[in-house]
Amino acid sequence: MRKLMSNRLAVPAFLALLVVGLAFVMPSNFYFRVAALVWISALAVIGLNLLMGFAGQVSLGHAGFFGLGAYSVAILPAQFGLHPVIALIAGGAGCALLAFVVGRPILRLKGHYLAVATLGFGILVSMVISNEAWLTGGPDGMPVPRLALFGWRARGADTWYWITGGLMVIGALLAVNLVASPTGRALRALHDSEVAARVVGVDVGCYKLIVFVISAVYASVAGSALALVNGFITPDAAGFLHSIQLVTMVVLGGMGSILGSVVGAAVLVVLPQALTVFHDYEHLMLGFMMMAFMILLRSGIVPSLSMLIGGRRA
Amino acid sequence: MAEFLQFCASGLTVGAVYALVALGFTIIYNASDVVNFAQGEFVMIGGMTTVFATAAGVPLPIAVLIAILAAMVIGLLLHRLAIEPARGASPVTLIIITIGASIFLRGLAQIVFDKQFHSLPAFSGDTPINIGGALVLPQSFWVLGGAVVIVIALWAFFNRTVTGKAVLATAANRLAARLVGINTSFVIGLSFVLSAAIGAIAGILVTPITLTSYDIGTLLALKGFAAAMLGGMGNPIGAIVGGLLVGLLEAFGAGYISSTYKDAMAFIVILGVLFVMPGGLLGRASVERV
Repeated sequence: MRKLMSNRLAVPAFLALLVVGLAFVMPSNFYFRVAALVWISALAVIGLNLLMGFAGQVSLGHAGFFGLGAYSVAILPAQFGLHPVIALIAGGAGCALLAFVVGRPILRLKGHYLAVATLGFGILVSMVISNEAWLTGGPDGMPVPRLALFGWRARGADTWYWITGGLMVIGALLAVNLVASPTGRALRALHDSEVAARVVGVDVGCYKLIVFVISAVYASVAGSALALVNGFITPDAAGFLHSIQLVTMVVLGGMGSILGSVVGAAVLVVLPQALTVFHDYEHLMLGFMMMAFMILLRSGIVPSLSMLIGGRRA
Repeated sequence: MAEFLQFCASGLTVGAVYALVALGFTIIYNASDVVNFAQGEFVMIGGMTTVFATAAGVPLPIAVLIAILAAMVIGLLLHRLAIEPARGASPVTLIIITIGASIFLRGLAQIVFDKQFHSLPAFSGDTPINIGGALVLPQSFWVLGGAVVIVIALWAFFNRTVTGKAVLATAANRLAARLVGINTSFVIGLSFVLSAAIGAIAGILVTPITLTSYDIGTLLALKGFAAAMLGGMGNPIGAIVGGLLVGLLEAFGAGYISSTYKDAMAFIVILGVLFVMPGGLLGRASVERV
């Protein structure tokens, strides 16, 4: 059992089983839709967790990359007639390049200065998206063409459930492999102490940049997926509040836990769906829960639970 | 020239509000290391409470007092119910808590008040004053004068009273402050109350010019945070300079470059400044602890 738990493929395998297993108990299309939204957020959160949980760098502007990915599958097919899959890849590549360029100066900053710089970056992206109405439709958003592959059209919540679930499992698989690689060890070393990492020969700046670029690509792909599932996209996807939601999902699920990323995403995607009943009290409840979660589950759901279980065993 | 003066006047007025928000950030940050993203909500509470109290027939001076008191109570509750129970949590966790608090307060405001824009009558008339060709609203002088009075009062409080010195001691070294008998929990609570009062006053003074609604807090908090970081986090003079600079940049940016990107100016400049000076304009270069 312990050997199974310590295998690095255990988490992706579990997630794959979860995706397949859940499909059998979903009562209606609405549930498939909500689950697809969970997988999409989870994908973005896994990427952000690599940056925050493993490398210890905060980003309060990751929705910027998410929004760019979303708008690339909306704009590129509409303006240049590109296939949505090519647009998705182009969006990811564009975000990687952008992250590489802005990451260099931004990642030199520390603590709250890093927080405000990433925040500023995210806000600038969302302002450009809302203001350039000729290209993006402005604050009202724009439609996204349907995905079609070799004459087969992706439609229906269950189809998207499988596509997004697959993307999420692949994302988790790549993430656990990255964490187990020499790069992952270097990242954890610089999380614990940048000085110590530098002393043993880790190129701190270079590794921070690598993980920043990777997390940007995760966010971009997740954004593209969301745009394709919804068939419509608004600047809210790139907004400050969405950045904060992503960060909250990381911390809520547990920093440095791939499984936690999925749990955090699930909680924060499903809860607002349940809260729409409260209508006018939605903001009130959301804010209250953010505070309550962070005060009571400071180290995140998954680490708290595993500590509880581990503590009982010992 | 008249155009230039006009932009200066409007920039300084808005900048004074950013400066007060940034000052609120700095006071709380120095006392407790918490970056309080709910700071903009105090500005909203100040403006909205005054609007609704005067609408209910309360005379303006009393309405202002009620609004400041309401903000102070909420500041105290924020500290006691949300920040103190999370003592020792990581900075990211604390940031999420204060953002949660700001979403919560916004939700509360849209229930207690409403979702409309509101204004107050200007305190001393609407006739603009002509200064070198620029037309300046009398209310602008209220905002600038109010900011100056608050800064002087704060300076006196921190340097001339024992309680103020206790706040400074706590900011310098919390453990040492506790060792000499300062109740640091009280001091941190006091810093939240003070910041709330400053935010509320800023909100009341500026409402006749910029209007107020339940959701003005977010952008104000973000710009106040940017202003505080621009000046160098934890430096009160830096906060004031940063706030005024952000206000002026917005006014000139909107006037000479593009009014659609008015709100972006602050963030473009802060990114530029941080790339060159990673510790802010007046901050010390951050020294890594070994």
